[in-house]
Amino acid sequence: MSDATEAVQAPEQGEAASVAAPVPARPERWFLRFTLAQRYLHAVLFTTFLVLAATGLMLRFSGSAWAIRTAALLGGFGAILFFHKFCALLLTLAFLIHVRDIAARGLFKREKGIFWGPTSMVANWKDAKDLFHHFRWFLGLGPKPKFERYAYWEKFDYWAVFWGMVVIGFSGYAMWFAPFFARFMPGWALNAVLIIHSEEGLLAILFIFAIHFVNTHLRPDSFPMDMVIFTGRESEEEFKNRRPREYERMMAEGRSATRITDAPPKWLINFSRVVGFTAILIGLTLLVLALSAYFVG
Amino acid sequence: MKKQFSIGLAVLVSAVLFLTLPRSLRAQADCLSCHGTPGMADSSGNSISVDADKFHASIHGSLKCADCHTNVKGYPHPANAAVVDCSTCHADEASGLAGSVHAKASEHPCLSCHGDPHQIVPKTDPQSRVYPLNIPKTCGACHANAALAKQHGLANVYGLYMDSIHGFAVSKEGLLVAANCTSCHGSHGILSHTNPKSPTYRTNIPGTCGKCHVGINEQYQAGIHGKAVAAGNPNAPVCTDCHTAHAILEPASSEFRMQSTPVCGSCHKDKLSTYRDTFHSQLGLLGGYVQTARCWDCHEAHDIMPASDPSSPINKANLVKTCGQCHAGANASFVQYQPHANARNRRLNPALYYIRLFMNLLLASVLTFFLIHTILWLIRSHLARTKDGAANGGNHV
Repeated sequence: MSDATEAVQAPEQGEAASVAAPVPARPERWFLRFTLAQRYLHAVLFTTFLVLAATGLMLRFSGSAWAIRTAALLGGFGAILFFHKFCALLLTLAFLIHVRDIAARGLFKREKGIFWGPTSMVANWKDAKDLFHHFRWFLGLGPKPKFERYAYWEKFDYWAVFWGMVVIGFSGYAMWFAPFFARFMPGWALNAVLIIHSEEGLLAILFIFAIHFVNTHLRPDSFPMDMVIFTGRESEEEFKNRRPREYERMMAEGRSATRITDAPPKWLINFSRVVGFTAILIGLTLLVLALSAYFVG
Repeated sequence: MKKQFSIGLAVLVSAVLFLTLPRSLRAQADCLSCHGTPGMADSSGNSISVDADKFHASIHGSLKCADCHTNVKGYPHPANAAVVDCSTCHADEASGLAGSVHAKASEHPCLSCHGDPHQIVPKTDPQSRVYPLNIPKTCGACHANAALAKQHGLANVYGLYMDSIHGFAVSKEGLLVAANCTSCHGSHGILSHTNPKSPTYRTNIPGTCGKCHVGINEQYQAGIHGKAVAAGNPNAPVCTDCHTAHAILEPASSEFRMQSTPVCGSCHKDKLSTYRDTFHSQLGLLGGYVQTARCWDCHEAHDIMPASDPSSPINKANLVKTCGQCHAGANASFVQYQPHANARNRRLNPALYYIRLFMNLLLASVLTFFLIHTILWLIRSHLARTKDGAANGGNHV
């Protein structure tokens, strides 16, 4: 269990309502990592993704008993398709808002660091080195690399989802409005979009539920869950150890004051736990069902 | 003189009565003077009582008792009456029965179906046990008996029939023209379906169903399956292969639509497999969307033609119309969609084959790389926490 988790658990265990009370020796400082808008974006992303994954898996493995039974329970294919399309629209909307936001910040407001630099999501030479050094550390052959604001696997997550949404979204809409798309696409492309949609969707599901969950939440250093995407805040210790390069840069630039924030309120932590664990549980269940349907049939 | 006149009058009245009343009634009256007693039974306890009113109302009400009970010549009569032989009058029915699957039935072959011999009414009478609406129940007296069916190696089909479209038409709607047991099997001369003369023999089935379903049979005979059967192909499907013999469902019903693609697939295996890969099948399997394309929605059900035939709905010239039944706005490009594409076959569908290959390689390589990455990371993190004791940020989440 981590310092951060202990720190947020302390008020629950103690009698006093004060958050700062238990560790007077070293008052914990909290830094904002994700804005409210970013946290909302992630919330929309994972709720719609869970529904899209669940309904999509039922379609992909429409011959398996669990899919048929669950579909019947939900009201058959009509209901499945409704939920799938509804969440697809929501996710498309979220995606477009994000793209618009990035474009506005990067192109019109000329905000620095959107498309290039240490805080950008765009991969750079340091990411390649970090990947190499990380592997070296895995094998015990060198020190752990000092990560910046976004580590290379986080950038991969971001671009995988970005690319996935474009590919899955386009192929999905091509099937939804097939006669319209057929006006400028050859007929065989309608066959192709189902294959692409289905395979890319399966990749997204397996990647998120098997890789992202472990990398971000379930590995020993984060177990059982990294709360930062829900609370938006992380403790100074956590910050320093996870993203030392960003921490050093922030301190060197003397910008720490702009990032300091209050401790996450207790209700938010509890709420985040319930939501987060539910999402992880649903995801892992879907992973098991997908793998069993894929390999067992 | 007066007395003689009285006697003469009595004789005259008797003679008039004797001559005017039908002979049979006289004979019946003699018999019924004893056998008309309700509850009369022989020494073994079998009823030998006849309900006079019902007998008179029956189709045999005009016959004398001795017409059937031929060994009863007068009174006193033999203690055991001979078994009545119906074939004396009903020769055609009897000869049919003699060659039928019921020839060796241990029960009296006629009475099992026609009931009490003294109360038989015409088959047009709703009281008749062989009135069209009563036939399923009459046959069911034996054929709904699971033990009996098992004993004779028969399928226990009564329940299936009663729940079928024909059974409902008879039992719920009282539709006289709906098929009952005898419509397909015949009545007296019922033959096993293995007998080439039987109306339920495989190749005779289209003709049997076609007695009522004339239009459908014409379409079927014109179609590829009907032609194959006519050409002597024993594997080509007949009506019952798709519709079953007894549990026949309403073809537009969800139940029928849900269960019938595997029937076509039992012969057209490769087509079912490629259909299963498509959205049409996924939609169909999960239920709710029973209207998604099943085999016959595109290929027709009865007058199925090869794609090369200009009248076939899957002929290139007709595809826009056929697909357009569901897909409003279907155009020439849209109908190039292949409802039976096989992305696993490089020769038939090279583009799809390589797209699928690329997607699978992408999936496999991404997952393999990150699986190795994650597993190594997990091991290293674990070691860092246990051995190095919180070094490398292990204690800070």
